[in-house]
Amino acid sequence: MENLLEELTQLDFAAVDLALYLNTHPNDENAISLYNSIITKADSCRTKYEKNFGPLCSFRSFSRNNNWTWIKNPWPWSTDFYSKL
Amino acid sequence: MWIYEKKLEYPVKIKHTNPTLAKLILTQYGGPDGELGASLRYLSQRFSMLTPEAKATLNDIGTEELAHLEIIGAIVHQLTRDLTEEQLKASGLDAYYVDHGVGIYPANAAGTPFTAAYIQSTGNPAVDLYEDMAAEEKARKTYEYIMKFIDDPDVMDPIRFLRTREIVHFQRFGECLMYVQDEMGKKKVFPIENNNPCKKNCNCEEN
Ligand SMILES: [Fe+2]
Repeated sequence: MENLLEELTQLDFAAVDLALYLNTHPNDENAISLYNSIITKADSCRTKYEKNFGPLCSFRSFSRNNNWTWIKNPWPWSTDFYSKL
Repeated sequence: MWIYEKKLEYPVKIKHTNPTLAKLILTQYGGPDGELGASLRYLSQRFSMLTPEAKATLNDIGTEELAHLEIIGAIVHQLTRDLTEEQLKASGLDAYYVDHGVGIYPANAAGTPFTAAYIQSTGNPAVDLYEDMAAEEKARKTYEYIMKFIDDPDVMDPIRFLRTREIVHFQRFGECLMYVQDEMGKKKVFPIENNNPCKKNCNCEEN
């Protein structure tokens, strides 16, 4: 789990940072194609993560179980989050 | 509309508690240059911002600051778990404890509650951006002061991440200021702002 979470965290951060850059450099085509390639990777990483460890979002993520996993998974501010997922 | 994701923008995995350090770091939660003030400042100012670049920047940095608020909360929470009575008494967290236990309360390092008086929203896009650039520098300064008290790499790692974000945000706000000044220089009429002190609404410089 750690590796998948780490990968997703890194991809999402790259997207956040690039998006801020693009807000003030909206015509930088290289940055846009880099942004798109990161978003594509992050999307597939997010799907993989949710399939294995449960929903990331309480109102966008598909529920794969008949019981509501959202309330059961550890929260990211506890150290359990990194060990018990 | 906001979307919450069940993960941190940057991981916080602290093995050893340290209530003394927790008390200092709490100021970035609810202190004068903290993440709560940062977020509220930008998310409030965006309504009167000018130019597409600057509106998007305030919206998105204001959002990122909420993720930073969560990181600070996680650090303070993990630094104060499973405290013994002796630890608590020796740590300097005792005064905070009698009011808040080890709950996370938006206050500065000395315990003063968060106040909206830490921030401004002036309706003047250039003035607000000057404040925002100063705010990012003040937050960076606070992280640097805090870093003098950290000897645990588990704590230093996320604090260092947050410090570098202040530098990036400062840079982006500076770019926004150029767009905004350019736009304001076009002498468009501002419906809510009349900078000319002359009441007759002519172009003279009279008071
Ligand atoms: Fe910031």
